[in-house]
Amino acid sequence: MEFKDYYKIMDVARDATQDEIKRSYRKLARKYHPDVSKEANAEARFKELGEAYEVLKDAEKRAAYDQLGASHKGGQEFRPPPDWNTGFEFSGGSPSGEDAAGYSDFFSSLFGQHFQEGGARRASPHGKGEDHHAKVLIDLEDTFQGATRSITLRVPSVDAQGRVVTKDRILNVAIPKGIRAGQHIRLSGQGSPGIGEGKAGDLYLEVAFRPHPLYRVDGRDLYLELPVSPWEAALGATVKVPTLGGIVELKIPEGSVAGRKMRLKGRGIAGNPPGDCYVILSIALPPADTKVAKDLYRKMEQEIDFNPRAKLGVPK
Amino acid sequence: MTTENGLPQYSICILEEQTQLTLADLCGACSVQDQQIIELVEAGVLEPQGREPARWIFVGASLHRARKALRLQRDLDIGLAGAALALELMDEIESLRTRLRAVGGEY
Repeated sequence: MEFKDYYKIMDVARDATQDEIKRSYRKLARKYHPDVSKEANAEARFKELGEAYEVLKDAEKRAAYDQLGASHKGGQEFRPPPDWNTGFEFSGGSPSGEDAAGYSDFFSSLFGQHFQEGGARRASPHGKGEDHHAKVLIDLEDTFQGATRSITLRVPSVDAQGRVVTKDRILNVAIPKGIRAGQHIRLSGQGSPGIGEGKAGDLYLEVAFRPHPLYRVDGRDLYLELPVSPWEAALGATVKVPTLGGIVELKIPEGSVAGRKMRLKGRGIAGNPPGDCYVILSIALPPADTKVAKDLYRKMEQEIDFNPRAKLGVPK
Repeated sequence: MTTENGLPQYSICILEEQTQLTLADLCGACSVQDQQIIELVEAGVLEPQGREPARWIFVGASLHRARKALRLQRDLDIGLAGAALALELMDEIESLRTRLRAVGGEY
């Protein structure tokens, strides 16, 4: 496993005071909080940050970590020495199960054995089992037609030694037709078992789409960049367009320019009303790699009076 | 109901579209006590229908919003009013982004 340099992650010096660590944590937490941040790897960074703070904010854990620290660098292969934490007593609160599940193997190997089940868990008064939350990635095609997907969830649980371990749990989920990114699927009774006679909790899955090679998604609408030839754009043409429901024909009006936006009504994600598919034209130039093509370009150059930079106020 | 790989298939629904939640549902799904949800309603973060807490009905989207508000408070160590303000600003950014995309801009 990799050694984690918690000081580097927290962007503080090794001799930083507890106040400096707290300040840095707050600043970075605001920057990388997954609900706020648009940074691509925000969620991973935020988890890493939480893990680093969990150790550095706690004087005992920090001291134990420091003992290891000086001789290791972030990313290095690491194996904890057998009695590395002898003489340290971890009395601080353990993180809750949900938080701890995201921590690295590195963290678990050092502090993991100190988790106790039930510390942060609280049975709800009516005996209903705990609800679980997870994210799933699906393909855009799945929401268009509706589909059954088997989804693997990594479920944290606590083993006989009190360590947090993750197990794979596979679920078959019927993806409802028309679901959009950011929406949630509720699976009744698929959370934790109930207490006593209580009902089992529910499982909530937040849906996100895998990036699609052709379409950009905005709510229920799809955006597709459609390349057309200069003559299709200039003279008008009927061209074939791929949509999620199959190929359709689209009439390109005479005199179209790059960036022209056209709407295929109802060809977006299903729903009431269904979304639309917007087609944005781009002009693809045929390469001048043959004599015929070169001659045709030269002929246009000679016979068409055209200044593409007329709007910039420069002569041809 | 089972499928070809032998696993049961579950009955499901889209939370945001077909679901209404009670105060107890919301507390269960957010793992908090009633009081914290009531405070979110008092701060205007959630807007249930119905006069008193026992009769409140929340739209499905409230769950996501409530969890977000609670996460912001916990993770960033900010108060309820601060989290409510952050949510409002995020909503505004989202609607501006949508308008920007509608006129063809990238964000």
